[in-house]
Amino acid sequence: MRYAETGFNLEIDLSSGNIEREATDSKLTELHLGGLGTNAKILWDRVPPEIEPFSPENLLIFGAGLLAGTPAPGANRTIISTISPQTKLMAYSMMGGFFAPELKYAGYDKIIFRGKSPTLVYVYINNDKVEIRDARYLAGKGAIETAELIKQELKEPNAQVAAIGLAGENRVFTASIEQGRSSSSRLGVGAVMGDKKLKAVVVRGTKDINLARPAEFLELSKGVLDYIKVRADNPVPGVMTILQGLGSPQEMLHVDEKWHTENFSWGNARTRRKDFWNPEIETKWKTVQEHARTRLVSCYNCPMKCGAIISLPGMSTYMMKCFSKLTYTMAAFVDDLDFGFRIAQRATEYGVDGFSTPQIMAFAFELREAGILTEQDFAGCPTDNEGKFYWLLDRIVRREGIGDILADGVYWAARKIGKGAEAFDHNTIKKHEQLPLKLGMLNPVYFLMYATGEKINITQIEGQFPQAPFPTMEERENFIKDWIQVPDEKFKQYLLGWEVRGDHSNPYYPTVDMSVDIVDWQEKMHYIDDALGVCAGLSSFPLKPPYHVHNYPKFISSGAGIEMDETKLAQIYKRNRNLIRAINVRRGLRRVDEKPPEDHWRKRFPELEDQLLDAYYRFKGWDKQGIPTKKTLQDLELAGVGDDLEQRGVIKNE
Amino acid sequence: MKKVKTIKIDVDKCNGCRACEVICSAFHSNPRYSSNNPARSRIRMVRDPLRDVYLPVYAGEYTAAECMGRDKYVLDGKEYSECDFCRASCPSRGFFKEPDSGLPLKCDMCEDEPTGKPLCVQWCLNNALTYEEREEEVEEDEKPGDAETGLEALVNKYGLEKIKDTVERFGHKQDIKT
Ligand code: SF4
Ligand code: SF4
Repeated sequence: MRYAETGFNLEIDLSSGNIEREATDSKLTELHLGGLGTNAKILWDRVPPEIEPFSPENLLIFGAGLLAGTPAPGANRTIISTISPQTKLMAYSMMGGFFAPELKYAGYDKIIFRGKSPTLVYVYINNDKVEIRDARYLAGKGAIETAELIKQELKEPNAQVAAIGLAGENRVFTASIEQGRSSSSRLGVGAVMGDKKLKAVVVRGTKDINLARPAEFLELSKGVLDYIKVRADNPVPGVMTILQGLGSPQEMLHVDEKWHTENFSWGNARTRRKDFWNPEIETKWKTVQEHARTRLVSCYNCPMKCGAIISLPGMSTYMMKCFSKLTYTMAAFVDDLDFGFRIAQRATEYGVDGFSTPQIMAFAFELREAGILTEQDFAGCPTDNEGKFYWLLDRIVRREGIGDILADGVYWAARKIGKGAEAFDHNTIKKHEQLPLKLGMLNPVYFLMYATGEKINITQIEGQFPQAPFPTMEERENFIKDWIQVPDEKFKQYLLGWEVRGDHSNPYYPTVDMSVDIVDWQEKMHYIDDALGVCAGLSSFPLKPPYHVHNYPKFISSGAGIEMDETKLAQIYKRNRNLIRAINVRRGLRRVDEKPPEDHWRKRFPELEDQLLDAYYRFKGWDKQGIPTKKTLQDLELAGVGDDLEQRGVIKNE
Repeated sequence: MKKVKTIKIDVDKCNGCRACEVICSAFHSNPRYSSNNPARSRIRMVRDPLRDVYLPVYAGEYTAAECMGRDKYVLDGKEYSECDFCRASCPSRGFFKEPDSGLPLKCDMCEDEPTGKPLCVQWCLNNALTYEEREEEVEEDEKPGDAETGLEALVNKYGLEKIKDTVERFGHKQDIKT
């Protein structure tokens, strides 16, 4: 018997309509765990670099994490892997919510889609019954509306639905896959789903998930809940409100947005409004938010409340999380939060990434101001900031006129438009839009995370190490007292030595080697979370989380019955990290691509930055280009990967 | 006097996480906690996020036939079906039945749990479920045991004759083995 996982994947060929239930090899679970790890293994084996994102041979994988659906709190992630139309690299995207556990209860760990359906379809999985059904009546329908219509059609109110909206159907590069309160937004996974003419995936499951050593596993899970309670009563002192607690950023709960509105940039990641937040705005925004939010909600089996149901007169209800209430508002220079809640409703139905899309629009309006895009491109566009954004969102999602070019994202649009538009593409890494954050002094840890992260998105690599030094020694000592999560005592020393000013401050402290260590720890946590399907909000993302390197091996041993310790787990992390790196270097990723936006910090240190990258690559066992060496791959039981990279000339004869 | 166990349900505090379903089904699995499956849970979330309906309901008595009428309630502007509040393991819906055998499920207040506190309450960190014990005067009447309720459900489903036949056949099989 298989524990924690089901031991079966669904293989669905949308071209032929063929559906297979395939037993999986338990050895792969031992090597990669599940979720992201085994997704990457499948992509490596089956999607060679010649395959274009919109080729029928590209795969779209919905993978439930290894622990998803077990009683481990917050283990609910679906990891969606494919080749991204935007970056042409592996798309590393995921969603919380209720989908992954339901898939496990239906008896599957993953759904692997290949091919392209001739007409718009949806897939309905009800335990052993799997059907491809006609979705033509859903063409053009909103993502949430689609979910509701399908549940009605099937008379299955308890089914979980992951659907695309019009943006996905039109292969907009920032198209998301929406699932109730969650979405898999980054890197255009919705566009690939649309290309496959797959409108929705619907799951209902009523089978058991088994545990290897139940009593022990339950004890550990209870321990996580107890620690969540402890953390709720003990917010971390000395850091900003949103960093004090657990969960993903508590944007639906908190109304104080002084920090985001004054420190993040407005428009096309340009303008800091340092005195934006005042009592009048505060009162207004508070009223708007409390009025809009009917209930705070969570994902499956999690006591947190990171999402909210948003209901405003004159529009249909939807759910929101994270800080998308601000992304449109700030990109459009609108001072009324009501706009943020309203445009996000339309954007959610369309199914677009709430981080990238507003930036594309702000970029376009900058180009118009600069005379690079013309009035003709904007014929019919209203003049007010709110109206402008609604108008352009519609054009992009429909791929009409200038919207067709912008629908490929800032990087590609800038190259298509030309005439100097490239200079306005100042906030992308590896062709992907970044948070609109512009700072003063280079932070070496963040430099590395921005540059090298395979998710190409800072919020999905940062986490447990404070973002800034504590001003006093007393605060530092206080912080490290109950810092049980550190993998090694040395991290406490790093923090103790970190000063706001002087020799021991950014950019030269944390030192190069310390920075590499810190980044490796953060990364490790994210990779483990994403293989296990545990929410980053309870693990890699916040300070002092309930899951960490010390209790994870026990969860894996008692849950999945795979004997695990910290050393073995570190090895699995390295294996998965290197496999994803291998997929991407095989697709052309090199050192030149690994750099944060030029203006991310005002003060840059090219020499130091080079040293940081060199040291990071060395630490990982990669060459100067960031390519894993054959030896590194061999040591990780990935010798075949090394051979392939050598045959293709990616690894040069050493 | 009798100790009555009650759970107070504050729907306003519920975040819809379904932890109660997870832990209930895990507690009642055999061996204990060896598996979980919300479809076997004795507490179920009547849950419709877009209408802001979040209603934890506990499994009560088995019923052979569904009610005739279906009334509607409007509470706080939200419409509920009468069934949403109903605890019965009833042929009209999938709740409160074993998914494979169809046998009825019933909340037993986790009677063998050492702390005496039902597991759903322990796992509901949002305090939507709170546990109370009350002393109450009650007239004791014969309660059917689990086996009896289960059998009644089977009789209703397959008819008494068929069940009798099956039991008899079972008996024969046993004879052969021994
Ligand atoms: S911490 Fe928040 S985002 Fe994470 S599983 Fe819980 S509710 Fe979902
Ligand atoms: S555990 Fe509590 S908060 Fe979660 S669904 Fe059940 S009643 Fe609601």
